[in-house]
Amino acid sequence: MPGPDKETDLTERIEAFLSDLKRGGSGTGPLRGSAETARETTALLRRITAQARWSSAGDLMEIIRKEGRRMTAAQPSETTVGNMIRRVLKIIREEYARSRGSSEETDQQESLHKLLTSGGLSEENFRQHFAALKANVIEAINELLTELEGTTDNIAMQALEHIHSNEVIMTIGRSRTVESFLKDAARKRKFHVIVAECAPFCQGHKMATSLSEAGIETTVIADAAIFAVMSRVNKVIIGTQTVLANGGLRAVNGTHTLALAAKHHSTPLIVCAPMFKLSPQVRRLTNEPDFYNFCEILSKVNVHCPVFDYVPPELITLFISNIGGHAPSYIYRLMSELYHPEDHEL
Amino acid sequence: MADSGETGGPVKKDGIQQAKTEGKELTKEEKQRLRKEKKQQKKSKEKKDEKASQESEKEKKPVSSASPASQPPTQPITPKAPSAVPTLVPVPASETPAPADKPAKSKAEMKAERRARQEAERASKQGKKGEVGQQAAPGKPKAPPSELQPVVKRLPEHVQVDNPEVLKKLAKKLERQQIPLRSDYGYKVSLFSHLHQYSRKAPLTQQLSIPSTVIHPAIVRLGLQYSQGIVAGSNARSVALLHAFKQVIRDYTTPPNEELSRDLVNKLKPYISFLNQCRPLSASMGNAIKYIKKEISNIPSQCKEEEAKSKLLNCIDRYIDEKINLAAKAIAKSSIEKISDGDVILVYGCSSLVNHILCEAFEKNRKFRVIVVDSRPRLEGREALRRLVQRGISCTYVLISAVSYILPEVSKVFLGAHALLANGYVMSRVGTSQIALVAKAFNVPVLVCCETYKFCERVQTDSFVSNELDDPDDLIVTRKGKTQLEHWQEVPSLGLLNLVYDVTPPDFVDLVITDLGMIPCTSVPVVLRVKNVDQ
Repeated sequence: MPGPDKETDLTERIEAFLSDLKRGGSGTGPLRGSAETARETTALLRRITAQARWSSAGDLMEIIRKEGRRMTAAQPSETTVGNMIRRVLKIIREEYARSRGSSEETDQQESLHKLLTSGGLSEENFRQHFAALKANVIEAINELLTELEGTTDNIAMQALEHIHSNEVIMTIGRSRTVESFLKDAARKRKFHVIVAECAPFCQGHKMATSLSEAGIETTVIADAAIFAVMSRVNKVIIGTQTVLANGGLRAVNGTHTLALAAKHHSTPLIVCAPMFKLSPQVRRLTNEPDFYNFCEILSKVNVHCPVFDYVPPELITLFISNIGGHAPSYIYRLMSELYHPEDHEL
Repeated sequence: MADSGETGGPVKKDGIQQAKTEGKELTKEEKQRLRKEKKQQKKSKEKKDEKASQESEKEKKPVSSASPASQPPTQPITPKAPSAVPTLVPVPASETPAPADKPAKSKAEMKAERRARQEAERASKQGKKGEVGQQAAPGKPKAPPSELQPVVKRLPEHVQVDNPEVLKKLAKKLERQQIPLRSDYGYKVSLFSHLHQYSRKAPLTQQLSIPSTVIHPAIVRLGLQYSQGIVAGSNARSVALLHAFKQVIRDYTTPPNEELSRDLVNKLKPYISFLNQCRPLSASMGNAIKYIKKEISNIPSQCKEEEAKSKLLNCIDRYIDEKINLAAKAIAKSSIEKISDGDVILVYGCSSLVNHILCEAFEKNRKFRVIVVDSRPRLEGREALRRLVQRGISCTYVLISAVSYILPEVSKVFLGAHALLANGYVMSRVGTSQIALVAKAFNVPVLVCCETYKFCERVQTDSFVSNELDDPDDLIVTRKGKTQLEHWQEVPSLGLLNLVYDVTPPDFVDLVITDLGMIPCTSVPVVLRVKNVDQ
């Protein structure tokens, strides 16, 4: 029986993934983009579904939740891991419900009648065994993977709707999504990009070189000059690390200042974020930034170097995701479509 | 032609007209001289016409009787003043007799005529009123000139780099003064094509011969210190400039047949051009230079050289003492009232005045802690950090991108200024406006500390029209062993922008602390006016 081998193989892979996550955020900046992380997480979850021993949907969900908790604990700032786990849990619930025969629509709605009489799905314990469940779940996860692979292209396809000729666009740091967005628009239109370098990691430099190699007129400015040049900027397009449940952002350091400057000049702020970055978290009041110790001469001084900034939803004009454009006030609705409320806490 | 020989202006103008009518070919120098004279004439006409309206009236009256013949030819050309008093017509007529019948008149001359006519009309109206009370007349014309004084300033050269004529003029001027011209470096962002962009690796002194015969060695050293950034910060630069000028004055000897008051000013002009080439002059330096020039030209001609020199040296010492040192003490005194125990104060970059205030407050046993915000590429905050920690003040250090993270802890923001503009905008190191913006969003009070000698009559609303572009190579940095922008010059569509200054709108600033007291940002023109009237 290849069972035990499969299991050890599976555990090995999970361990490898966990150590990768831990290493990835250990102070040298993210080693890989969040798209890759999302894809790897989903692939790993598919493997778990295929190889782990489970008999009912509830078992599977328990296994996934357990592994998911370990993964999120390994790297709390990498929220895509948690998001993918929640997506897969939602998939399992849906597949289970479909197998049982009840339509998805009624399950979704939290009608007052349902709340009073049956309590909805919360009384379900997912103990029923369905033979086709495994295959269905794996198929759905495959669909999810295809969706993930196409996110950047889907976002880039919308570029021409938002960028016109002779515009001055400002961005900060390095975002692969924004890079492909701008490069796609540059094929047809001519515009100018100003990149804020985003100290101390100065990832804006890499972004600028990559954009200029595609023939886009690029200018690199220091972070301190963001407000000074903002009066000439037509649009601000940024990427983000996470989109929060209230429509706010958890983005790279300096984004809040950029958003405030854009608000002051009434410049639209557009966020290019694929759906897998949407996280049901809200901003934690005890703002837990990731500290990174910066080389400092004197030991008598406190040095702060937060990696992320919180941007409130009032400063954001538009979200562009792989399923289209949305206002920040719509994000909560998308949340309920992607994740089940019970999965918000893993 | 020789009938109007009272004022020097008309005579010269006659000379010009004469030369033109005679068809003489004017050489370049003569053309320059003539242009200068025309400009001086225009200025003197605008200033003196109203003051000396009575005298000119009286003088012109006999002229009018002497040149009635010139009236008819001018009348078809001056149809705008038919109702004018007959004494009026000869005023412009006496100044432009010859080409009155010449059809080919330049536009500038016609403009000058019209302006002179208007001034004369205004003057006559005032003269009519003043004729009754002539004692009051000299007092009255004095007040209007200060209001109606048309401030037609020439646009400074350093914001007209995209105009090739201006560049040519500058090159000629520098050639005359024997100062090398510094060439621009690197690809300039199109928004800033009207500004210079120099490289620190090519200082101007490399193009000078050593020892330089034209420029005093103290000035050469100062220029090098400016261009390499060794002396930076508006107070430091002004003080260094004044000390260098003191040295120049000490080593100066009046050449024979020259007056110290005029010759020394001419000696200083090439030095100022040189320093301007090394690094554009700051507002505080500009004010200091104006003061020195005024003091020099006010030296009476019968003063002996030694006496004059020691007087000038004393003046400079007093200026430094009053405007910088004592002002710092006064500002520190008022600021300490604003610092309370338990405060968390945010400062940006390295401002000598703000550092002084914090050290003084610490001496007075106020309990506070400081957050120093710094920014690339200059990283001046590290210097401020060093100075504060040496005194024993507890500090925190962040980069400017973390400002919105740290601001909830802050109770006050103290900012220094490079200059305060006449419309209330604060010109300071780039990044200051950003900090003021974020502080405003978090409702943290912003206090700007600035001495009055940095107040400037310019107005500006954005950071583009007049700024300084620093060496773009400063932005290049190595991270994780890779230097991304190393070959930025080879990529045609890539530009680096290293701004030095930016302007903060007055609605972000809550209070300006000056040596004259604590004023709101909008009271800057009031202070300027008070200063001008005093001087």
